[in-house]
Amino acid sequence: MMAQLTSSERQNIIAIGLAILIGGFTLAILGRNDILGIHALLFVAAGGLAIIVGARNLYKPEPSEDRSQSYYDDPSKVGIFLALIWGIFGMFIGDWIAWLMAFPDMTFSEGWSSFGRLRPSHTTGVIFGFGGNALIATSFHVVQRTSRARLPSQVLPWFVLWGYNLFCLLGVTGYFMGITQSREYAEPEWYADIWLVIVWVSYFGLYIWTLARRKEPHIYVSNWYYMAFILVVAVLHIVNNLAVPLSWGSAKSYSLFSGVQDAMTQWWYGHNAVAFFLTAGFLGMMYYYLPKRAQRPIYSYRMSIISFWGITFFYMWAGSHHLHYTALPHWVQNLGMSFSVMLLVPSWASAGNALMTLNGAWHRVRDDAVLRFMMVAAIFYGLSTFEGSFMAIRPVNSLSHYTDWTVGHVHSGALGWVAMIVFGSFYALVPWLWKRKSMYSARLIEVHFWLALAGTVVYVFALWNAGIIQGLMWRTYNDGGTLAYSFMESVDAMRPYYVARGIGGLLFLTGTILCLYNVWMTTRMATETDTESVDQSVATLQPAE
Amino acid sequence: MSVGERDNHSGHMTTGHEWNGIKELNTRVPRIVWACLIGSVIISVIMWVIWPTWPIWNTFTPGILKTDERAQLVQEIQQVAGKRSDIDQQIQAITYDGLIEKPELLSQVRSDAHLLFQDNCAACHGVQGKGEIGFPNLTDSAWLWERDEDVIMETLKVGINDQHPDTRTAEMLAFGREGMLERQAIKDVIAYVLKSGETPIDGKMDYGNAENGSLVFEENCASCHGEDAKGDTDIGAPNLIDNVWIYGGDTSSLFQTIWNGRKGHMPSWEGRLSETERKILTLYVMDLESANKGKSK
Repeated sequence: MMAQLTSSERQNIIAIGLAILIGGFTLAILGRNDILGIHALLFVAAGGLAIIVGARNLYKPEPSEDRSQSYYDDPSKVGIFLALIWGIFGMFIGDWIAWLMAFPDMTFSEGWSSFGRLRPSHTTGVIFGFGGNALIATSFHVVQRTSRARLPSQVLPWFVLWGYNLFCLLGVTGYFMGITQSREYAEPEWYADIWLVIVWVSYFGLYIWTLARRKEPHIYVSNWYYMAFILVVAVLHIVNNLAVPLSWGSAKSYSLFSGVQDAMTQWWYGHNAVAFFLTAGFLGMMYYYLPKRAQRPIYSYRMSIISFWGITFFYMWAGSHHLHYTALPHWVQNLGMSFSVMLLVPSWASAGNALMTLNGAWHRVRDDAVLRFMMVAAIFYGLSTFEGSFMAIRPVNSLSHYTDWTVGHVHSGALGWVAMIVFGSFYALVPWLWKRKSMYSARLIEVHFWLALAGTVVYVFALWNAGIIQGLMWRTYNDGGTLAYSFMESVDAMRPYYVARGIGGLLFLTGTILCLYNVWMTTRMATETDTESVDQSVATLQPAE
Repeated sequence: MSVGERDNHSGHMTTGHEWNGIKELNTRVPRIVWACLIGSVIISVIMWVIWPTWPIWNTFTPGILKTDERAQLVQEIQQVAGKRSDIDQQIQAITYDGLIEKPELLSQVRSDAHLLFQDNCAACHGVQGKGEIGFPNLTDSAWLWERDEDVIMETLKVGINDQHPDTRTAEMLAFGREGMLERQAIKDVIAYVLKSGETPIDGKMDYGNAENGSLVFEENCASCHGEDAKGDTDIGAPNLIDNVWIYGGDTSSLFQTIWNGRKGHMPSWEGRLSETERKILTLYVMDLESANKGKSK
């Protein structure tokens, strides 16, 4: 990994490590009377690690000059492993708390293992750890290929990747210690948030810089989506996390917003995190790996344009549908609802564009589980965006809100769409990156596909049932005008569905473990000597047609 | 410059660009997509016209239907309240004996009370009202305070050992901890109580001297629990010989009770439940015991 770095780049790594070390140390001293003092030691450890790695390799031989003639893929390779490891961690915690819902005693008596701390560890682990690393890894790969330009720096990608993982680690370790802002999907406290801003702006800069050096006249659709993802997530993250720390030595901060404005800011963030983190980024992924794997041209460039601008424009307005029937003014709710309805068509156009691209390649979909992962992802993308628009309609929301239907909806998107497109892309990408003829085991991919599909279907169906039953129980009145069911009875009625959810999650988690094993074994296979036969593996910068 | 080429499968032209082997067709956006897009925009515009949606400086467009969520809610609450007022009046006026004569009202009380009980009482008294260690069973025939509608109403209103100014108070003193009774005396009185009652001593026939215990009882316990150990519902002192135990009838639980004392807490419901709701619960609690009796017969 370090062999490609020049000695001045190795020095830069030491300098960055030193800066993180000093920053972390300062924070640890300032926070010595607070839990912050302990947490800041993570920065110290990360900085120290960077210094050690840089120093140990400082006097290694210089890389060869012709490296600039090829793409820089080492960060993508590491990112794939990080994504899968985070995925297994996050899904394990997720399945644990799924079982905990059915059997409330299935945990330890210590604070760290309470539901309230495990749940954000699950969401951070899967969304940011698994999804985020997958996005970073694939975006580095895609932007180089579609721009025919090597990443302009060899230090910055590492900074982005490891810095981002430090943020995820700060988040999860913080939750276990009880550090949280209590903002859904934005739980990490102010110092972790500031750190992510630094990392994310670097990511943005690196991406723009690579695009600016492109040798293609046009910017490919994938890069529109990846850019939208990086840019908007930066805006969302900064605005929603505006907060005042209790002091520079305290882990606790208070949001700049209060009351209903606070709720609205949070759900503007929350909904657009779904839109730009979990949708736009992964659409970028889909737009590259699906046509590559199917060996078909994109069905319609014009549809790409409509969906891209439709999604980016409409999503921004829709966040208020998370606050239907709350203290949020009625007009804000209605506005959010109407934009959620308009959002459906651009979303379906994206899903349709992907599926129509498979026209002429359906025989490959039949035979190739990798392509099938991508096809199923597009279908679940269509299903969950329809469901999302539907649930945003106020009367529907009055039934679905606060029930497990919401959780089912999120997982039809997260498992069916996000995770499936990641698996499909990884299975396509890994042999190209490591220059192997194919994945270690096609049969394991097939097993993984069916485990993932079965897991998703079981999960989603269980929670559809659970949610609708809950919603109906909560709104059934008897003749005298009082509720027919107590809350306790609605909880009791959930048990079979919660057990089914736990089983679905277990199937999905098992598939992910198989994926990591398969990827690991692939990297240990012998390198394909005849690289020319791997038509997708274009390791050198080839001229345009 | 890029030149489009024909895709043999679809017959459409490509845009002429290529990225790392990926091409794009220049297919027109299907009519259905345009139709749906325009349709969804029209639906939205209709929403904007009829409902409050857009902000204008410091107010918002009211919409031609002038829907007001708050007014709707007030209206709905009034509707339900109107429906309830008749039933509530009937419930306020009725006694339990009168209620069982009116099956329709009885079933209404049962279904209302079911929810009230689950949401407010079940956490301590259990979903079926059968109690827990430390929380009385409401379905049996043992009552700390009298089984009487007015008495139950009062307990629900003021609570027991609560912060309500008129709360009921009842406390079992910590005879051991406070040095009023020696260990052996406590064991003796336990032996006496268990022997007098129907509770079998858990395998320890030599636990204490019941004869000595009878003297201890007379001096220390009888003032509250009565000479006959049958308790006193005026002061909430439990009957000790009915084989019903709130904190457990085994020797170690009893020892705990006498050594450390007990002081249960029932919250006052005056601030949380309306008088009618408390009446409903009172009737329900009476009904629970009756229903239970019916079953055991």
